[in-house]
Amino acid sequence: MSAPAPPAIEAVDLRRVYRRGAEEIPAVDGVSFSVDCGAFVSIVGPSGSGKTTLINVLGCLDNPTSGALRLGGQTIFEGGKALSEAALTRIRREVFGYIFQKFYLISTLNVLENVVLPFTFYQKPGAGAEVDRLLKLLEIDHRRDHLPGQLSGGEMQRVAVARALVNRPQILLADEPTGNLDTKRSEEIGRLLKDLNEREGLTVILVTHNLQLARQAQRVVELRDGKIR
Amino acid sequence: MKKISLFQVAYKNLLRKKTRSVLTLVGIGLAAWVLVSLFGFNQGYEASLNRDIDNLGFQMLVIAKGCPYEAATLMLKGGTGLKYLKEDVVGLVAREPEVEGVTPMLMQVVFDPNKGESGGFSAFLGVDPKTFPTLKGALKFQAGGWFTEPEAAEAVFGYEAAELEQREVGDSYLIPEKNVEVKVVGVLERTGTQDDGTIFLPFRTVQRVFGVENELTGIGIKVRKEADIAKFEEKMYALPDVQVVSLAQVKTTIMSLVGTARVLVFSIAVIAILIAMMGVVNTILMSVMERRQEIGILKSMGAQALDIFKLVWLETVILCLAGGAIGSVLALGTAKITDVLVRHLLPYAPSGGLVQIDVRLVLTTLGVVTLIGLLSGIYPSWRAGRLRPLDAIRSEVES
Repeated sequence: MSAPAPPAIEAVDLRRVYRRGAEEIPAVDGVSFSVDCGAFVSIVGPSGSGKTTLINVLGCLDNPTSGALRLGGQTIFEGGKALSEAALTRIRREVFGYIFQKFYLISTLNVLENVVLPFTFYQKPGAGAEVDRLLKLLEIDHRRDHLPGQLSGGEMQRVAVARALVNRPQILLADEPTGNLDTKRSEEIGRLLKDLNEREGLTVILVTHNLQLARQAQRVVELRDGKIR
Repeated sequence: MKKISLFQVAYKNLLRKKTRSVLTLVGIGLAAWVLVSLFGFNQGYEASLNRDIDNLGFQMLVIAKGCPYEAATLMLKGGTGLKYLKEDVVGLVAREPEVEGVTPMLMQVVFDPNKGESGGFSAFLGVDPKTFPTLKGALKFQAGGWFTEPEAAEAVFGYEAAELEQREVGDSYLIPEKNVEVKVVGVLERTGTQDDGTIFLPFRTVQRVFGVENELTGIGIKVRKEADIAKFEEKMYALPDVQVVSLAQVKTTIMSLVGTARVLVFSIAVIAILIAMMGVVNTILMSVMERRQEIGILKSMGAQALDIFKLVWLETVILCLAGGAIGSVLALGTAKITDVLVRHLLPYAPSGGLVQIDVRLVLTTLGVVTLIGLLSGIYPSWRAGRLRPLDAIRSEVES
């Protein structure tokens, strides 16, 4: 019998402490949890509960202060030591896709150019063939030549999703992806994330304060004062 | 299209703040324009001066003692108001073994009220019909030829003088103020030198008409190739009340005069380049600061520090190359105007084009401007490259 696959993400007693003068602010305070491959997990909590800090640490955008972080069994951080910036960049480009509350599309590039922008820096083999399928899947194919300024908020977020997925990441991290959208568009994005998880088998970690959106996930983790409740 | 190149991203980034990019381009373009025009002037002036000197036909001029700058002007441009030297000096000079040929010259200028709208000066150069044509072998006739005899009432018109006075071979010409009529026996082809505006007469005729018997304003000397010019010059100084102006001296004198102006213009060019550089650094740095969040996103999608460095550096290079090209085209387009302006500013300007811009010069300038761009881009690019993704994303600067 083969050994079980390691979790996509494993956090052990993870802490991220910020300093403001002499004061220490633990934004993430001893969080331990794991996310299996192909899971859809929502992290909810009030403002200032540490959701964004946690997802940034999980996504290797920020280093924890202490604890351990493993991705697919590979140690990223442990005992106060992190991988080099170059190694972290490799992990960011190969493992993760990020979606943020602000869409961060480049205003002078059209939809297609924004979507394929990650290829400028790194392209997974065969990823180029996915572009058309993604544009169709996200229903932005007819807008491929439009500039971001000509799109609605929902469309812009779908472009950001396509950009996050174009290099076929193993894990999609979405930080308040509906924060700038109305209810209807928020539901659309929620359904989309669920579809991507169910149909494509993508591991999704969603940070939101929108409980209705969070319920799309298989598992909801509640964070309060930097700790899992 | 399934991929967008770093160059396209850089180029499109510059389109985001069009006014700022255009203003930076203008700054670089102006610096490039100054550079191209300046270097163009540098090579054009020297080439024209050398051509003028070559066309003189003699390497040395003996004149009466006076201001050396005036002497240089007389030698190259013609002029009057100088002291005269006695005609018998010609014989003293000619007997020297280093001399291959001598030609006496007598320059006179008169005001002609009928010339142009408000009158103008006419320059008459009295030359020796026997020796002058030999020494000035480069002169070619459009029509006619040299004088028939040493004291003939005949004139040879330079190309522009003939055009201005509307004279052809066979016409007669009345010397202003003197009321002496001479017959036009020849019209020279265009030389691009002061000869074009000169009316040549036999020097004996000039002496008679202007009442300066036995006087000359200069003696042109062609020195034998094997002769020691410095030694010969010393010998010439032994003659009473003369000074010797050699071509080397003339060139040095003029180039030193022009050099002073050139140092000033070079200083201005250096300042213009420094200002343009600061402009580039400022523009790119501002652009980087405004795009911190975007740079964070690029890093989150896998861009390395080097990728960001290259992206920002490319923006600088595009600005500098485009600015350099615009400046070069501007310099080419305004070469004539620059020529006219510079001509007015200089103590002496040779005939022919003063500003010579060629492909090599344009490419050199583009190279210099690009190098400046590369240097200017290092700091902003380095700053952008070392931004940490999270710090950049979290920054409050609006993109």
